This record gives sequence, C-alpha cells and structure tokens, in this order.
Amino acid sequence: METNLCVAGFGGQGVMTLGKFLASATCDSTDKNVTFFPSYGAEQRGGTANCFVVISDEEVGAPLGNVMDDLIVMNEPSLKKFINTLKPNGTLFINSSIVPEETGRDDIKLVKAPVTELALELGNAKVLNVIMLGVYVGYTNVISPEIVWDTIEHKLGKKPKLLPLNKAAFEKGLELGRSQR
Amino acid sequence: MTRVFMKGCEAIAEAAVRAGCRFFAGYPITPQNEIPEYFARRLPEVNGTFVQGESEVASISMVYGAASAGIRAMTSSSSPGISLKSEGISYCAAARIPMVYSNISRGGPGVGAIQPAQMDYLQATKASGNGGFEMLVFAPSTVQEAVDMTYHAFDYADRDRNPVLILADGVIGAMMEPVVLPEMKSEEEVRSIQEAKRVWACVGHKLDYPNRAWIEPGHWQTSDMQRANEEAAALYKSWEKDVQVECYQTEDAQIVITAYGISARIAKSAVNLLRKEGIRAGLIRPITVHPFPYDAIASLDYSRVKAILDVEMSIPAQMLQDVQLAVKDRCPITTCLCSGGNIMGREMIIDAVKNLLK
Amino acid sequence: MEQIYARTKAIQEDKVSGFCPGCMHGLVVKLIGEVLEEMDLVDKAACCLGIGCCGLQMDYMAYDNITSPHGRACAVATGIKRTNPDSLVFTYQGDGDFASIGLAESLSAANRGENISVIFINNGIYGMTGGQMAPTTLIGMKATTAPGGRKAEEHGYPMHMCEILNQLTAPVYLERTSCNTPANVIKTKKAIRKAFQNQLDKKGFSLVEIVTSCPTNWGLDALKSLEFLEEKMFPEFPLGVFRDR
Repeated sequence: METNLCVAGFGGQGVMTLGKFLASATCDSTDKNVTFFPSYGAEQRGGTANCFVVISDEEVGAPLGNVMDDLIVMNEPSLKKFINTLKPNGTLFINSSIVPEETGRDDIKLVKAPVTELALELGNAKVLNVIMLGVYVGYTNVISPEIVWDTIEHKLGKKPKLLPLNKAAFEKGLELGRSQR
Repeated sequence: MTRVFMKGCEAIAEAAVRAGCRFFAGYPITPQNEIPEYFARRLPEVNGTFVQGESEVASISMVYGAASAGIRAMTSSSSPGISLKSEGISYCAAARIPMVYSNISRGGPGVGAIQPAQMDYLQATKASGNGGFEMLVFAPSTVQEAVDMTYHAFDYADRDRNPVLILADGVIGAMMEPVVLPEMKSEEEVRSIQEAKRVWACVGHKLDYPNRAWIEPGHWQTSDMQRANEEAAALYKSWEKDVQVECYQTEDAQIVITAYGISARIAKSAVNLLRKEGIRAGLIRPITVHPFPYDAIASLDYSRVKAILDVEMSIPAQMLQDVQLAVKDRCPITTCLCSGGNIMGREMIIDAVKNLLK
Repeated sequence: MEQIYARTKAIQEDKVSGFCPGCMHGLVVKLIGEVLEEMDLVDKAACCLGIGCCGLQMDYMAYDNITSPHGRACAVATGIKRTNPDSLVFTYQGDGDFASIGLAESLSAANRGENISVIFINNGIYGMTGGQMAPTTLIGMKATTAPGGRKAEEHGYPMHMCEILNQLTAPVYLERTSCNTPANVIKTKKAIRKAFQNQLDKKGFSLVEIVTSCPTNWGLDALKSLEFLEEKMFPEFPLGVFRDR
C-alpha cells in the first residue's frame, strides 16, 4: 500500500507545514516508510508552494511523482496546475472558500472544505492548514488522528498558547472529513 | 533504534558532526544551504568552528587549512560551486589531506538550474580538478544512506589521507525521510583522531628539521613529483576492495537498469511495479560511482539480458560511458533521461522498459 | 671568544637559499626566523606560503609550512588558526598572491579580524613567472605583459594594500616597511615581532607590507635596484605605520 499526496497553494498558506506534520507523524509513530519533498519557486515571498508526501508499507521510490492518489489544493492556480496529476478515482481536497468546484474531471472524488472561512471563524486565518490536515486525516484515515495530533502538539511545544486554537482547528477538520466519507 | 524525520542536507551535517567533524566552511548556494546553516547552529555546541567563507574558493582553502591542521573538516556546495572548489580539492588530493565534501547537485552546465539534477557525474568521477587525482565517490539514494556514507567518509578520508566526495543531488538534499542517526563520537575519540594526525599536522613542531610538518601540494623536483604520483596511483588501485554496488532482481532479469543516486531509487520502484506485471526487470546501482562497479555489469549473463537501460537525470547521459565500458557491446544499451531540474518519473522508466521488450 | 652572531635555527643548517642575488626575500625569511627563535615560537609556527618565489624558502625553513593555493593563504591560515588557536599562524605572500588573485581572501580575512599575521612582500612585479605586471607595478614600469610599461588608462594604478586595508574596521596593525638600509631592516624585524606579538595577545589581524626589490625582473643590478626602490617605489608606497591599535 502506497499513498502519494500533493499539497499545493499560495506561499504562506502553510502547505509545507501541513505536509510536514503528516509526514513527521508517520515517521514518529508508525513503521511505515515516508518521504516529504518540498518544491518552492525561486521567490522568497509569494508565488506558489507545494509539497509531496509519500506514505508506504514498502520502500519509497520517487519522493515525488507525476501520478497522485490524493491532491489537496488551497488556491485556484494550484488546481489548474495539478488537477491532471490526480489518478482516476483519486481524491481531490479543495479549499472551497476560494477554489471552484468545477474541476473538469468526473472520474475523481471531491472533498470540499471551506477552510479559509472556517479559520476566520476560529479567530485566526493561519490555521487553515491544520483544519485541512484534519479534513485529510478524517477522510482518508491514512494514519490515526491521535498520532497526528501528538505530532502537532509536539511541534507547537514552544508555543503552548497556540494549542487550544490548533486543537479546535484539527477537530473541526476531522469532523468535516469524516462527514464526507 | 529511534527514527527521526530529517531533511537530507541537515542529516548529512548531523552525521558529519557525529563522525567528529569540527570544522566547516562554505558559501551559500541553492539547493544545499541547509548544510552550512545546520553547521552554523550545531558546531558551536560541540566546540567546533563554522566559517562562512567569502567564496567557494576561500571555503575549500579554509577546509584545506583546518584539515592540514589535523581536524576532521568538511565543505559542501552545489554544482557551479563545486567547480570553484576544484582548485582546493586538487590541492587536498595533491598534499594527501583528508577531508570530506558533498555536492548537492543541480542542473547544469553554467549556472544551470537550481532544481535537482545529476549533471556532475563525469566531473565527480573523472576529474574534480586538475592533475588526474582520484577520490572515493559515494552516491546516496536515500537520506539514510547519505547519513551513513557521510559518517564513514571521514574514516575513509583518514585511512587514505585523501578527499572523499558524497555525490548527492537536490532531491536527496531537500527531501525529508526517517533516519537512524549513527552514534556520536565522544570528545575523547575526536581528540584521539586529531592526536593521531599530530605527527604531520601543520600546527607547529619541536625544532627538528626532518620532522617539521611540510604540507606539499606539489614538488620542485620532478623525481619527487613522479614518486608522489606513483604513490597516489597505488592508493587508487587499492580501492578495488572498496567498490560497493547493489544488484537488485538481476538474477533472472531480461532488462537491466543502470542508475545511481536518486534515479536508482526511482528505478527500483519501477522494477517492483514491472515485476508485478510479470516483466523480468532488474537494477544495478553503483553505490560507489568511483571506483565504478564494472564487474557487476560485466558479469551479467548476456545470453539472457536483452538490453541495458541507463537511467540518469542528465542529458546527455554521463554514467553511460562507464556502463558501455563494462558491457563491451555484448547487448544493446539505451537511455532514459531527463534534466534541467525535471525529476525522473517512475512511469517514464516503466514505459522505456516496455518499449525495449516490444 | 664571545659569539655575537649565529645563523637562526629556524633555517636548516645544510641548505642554501634559492633566491636570486640582490633579492630581499632571503633577508625577510632570515628576519622571520630570528624573530621566531627570539620569541621562542619556532615550535608553534605554521607558515602558509603563497605561490611564486615565496615558495622557494620551503625547502630550508625549519618550521611547519603549508603551500596555499594561489592567493588563498589567508583562507588557509583562517582554517588552521580557528581550529588550532595555540599555533602561531602567519602567511607569507607576494603582491600577485596577496593583492591580485587573493584580493578577496586577503580583504575578507582582514575584515573578519582573523587573529593571524600577514607578511606581504611587495616588489611590484611577478617574480617566478618571469616579470609580468603586478597590481603594484608602477606607472611606466615595464613588464613582460605590459611591454610598453604600465599605462594608467589601460591598466589602472598601483594598488596600495595598507591604505586599502586601513578602510576596514577590524585590522589592528598595518605597517609598510622596507629592507633597503640597516635601519629599515631593524624596523622590519620589529614590525614582524609586533605582528606576531599581536597574535599572541589575541588582538587580531596584523599586516607587515615589505617593499622589496626584484633585480632580476626589474633588469637592474642589486645596487641600482636599491636606488630604484628609494627613488620610485617609496614615493608610490610610502613607508610607515598606518594603524597600530
């Protein structure tokens, strides 16, 4: 069993952190093989950012491929750029606050999460990535939500003030993801 | 064994520190900046020294100095920066100074592309500087391998009094993967390694003419120069025992892929998928790209092997030349290539293998 | 009988200098040896040699030395000194090495305030390679690569390293001396001693620029080259202490 995931969005939307949380959690608490590969533009600010996470029971070959099992897009340009990498029957997760539902593909599953709005409702626009991580884990169950939360908690260790907000964001996402299974 | 999730560049730097590396000098260049950045944070914790040099040229000269003073020292760069370091690398090889450096290679030639590529094979394995010197060159295909190779590279360097190169690429450098880190050498071990080099280190000796340290990257007398060349040649010949190669599913393979580093791990997953379809593909992966494992390729059963597929992230292909030397026209060799910062796709390799069987 | 002079032990007993007649390298090498011996530093010395005539001493100097890539002596010295602070680390470089190919390494090491000493031999010409133009070649002075003499409009002007380094904050000691008279030889020796003492005192970067002659490539005999030094070189490269902190 191997899962290839691409996470894409604007720089600043936390797509790298989303991917890293998921990959680190897999490393810390499972026996699975996992890789994380970041891809940036040459710009230091703005532009698009995306990362690839591969989780596998066997050795991981390419840490980034052209065929994705799952695709998370946080903005519209990323949808256009990556939609054709999603394999038939693959799952597309969109930030439905700003990404249109019309994907031009009818052979894929679509999971919608208005994470920009939800993050604002929670009081901090920055947690949209943690909500989306919750959506992804809730929907796919690729690894257990408890493991992912432990990792988030550990990584935020230096800023305990942020924990309740992130906990709420992650829970919100899990709920939304599970509800669309 | 605790797994930690680390970026390739940082894992290389940590492995070096654990091997007793106490000096690093480097100059910023993408995609290896995390190596100097990690050393800048980490070395002061172990009483080591980090210097950001004014150039690659200066950085390698600083490493030449520190290593000549008996310290385990390292530098790192990426393709165009490695070209600049070739002066100092040649000096280290000439003066038989042990040091380790890594090339987190990117697109080329020229300034090339900041994205990953394998465009430096010939430079790394044949001529990393003037004067025909040779080095052990290790090509990791996972972050764990990059860690283990870096850790042991210092032992090889000290054993041979010669530079050692870790030839990685921008994917290995930038990707994160679980690794088990090697044991941290104790301060005592680090000191005794330094102490063992004290006899030739350029740090001051008791007034005793024959025993002064004399770090000579060249010789005035032609006879001395030739003798140094002959001694080096004997060393290079002794490396036959150090050749490392992975032969994967080659016992019954009809198509054998040759690939190193990042391309090899992608090729390996392609072999697995091909095997599931009943296609008998295999992989020969040079782990040391110099010395090259000619025997592993030469000893294939060419009555069974229909073709070799050389897979590289380099256009034109470079390792192909060594593969050709080993195959000696006993079967056709084709290539599956990409470059410019494009990453080899598993599907590309699968298609190429299937094409060969048509 | 009282012995009032002996060859310094920092130079090997049975070796002969490889420098040309009238060249001042040999004199400076002797001064360095004497200072090292007097300061009891011979067994702590690590000399980073430049490329060119500088290297002719390596066969007979008695202390540790390393041949640096051309121009990189200050970088090599940085690597040794940073990892072995108890060693006395100094470079010995000519004008091509220190001021042309090694300009970046020289300025950067000075700017970092590396705790090293630089002995910089300025004779206005490339010696070992055979009389090519140096960054310190005087206007009008002939060189094999400037056969009509150095022209300002084509080659620019001679570079003044003490003055240039004096623009930086970190260096602690910058002095230009010569060895054309016994008095100046004594001054040069004192300057070398000071540069070494500064290093022992962990003060930082010290430079002694020694304006010397190159009779062979200047095309002059030893005495005429002394006149050339005084009449042409000193007006361009005034002797003196530029900084002493």
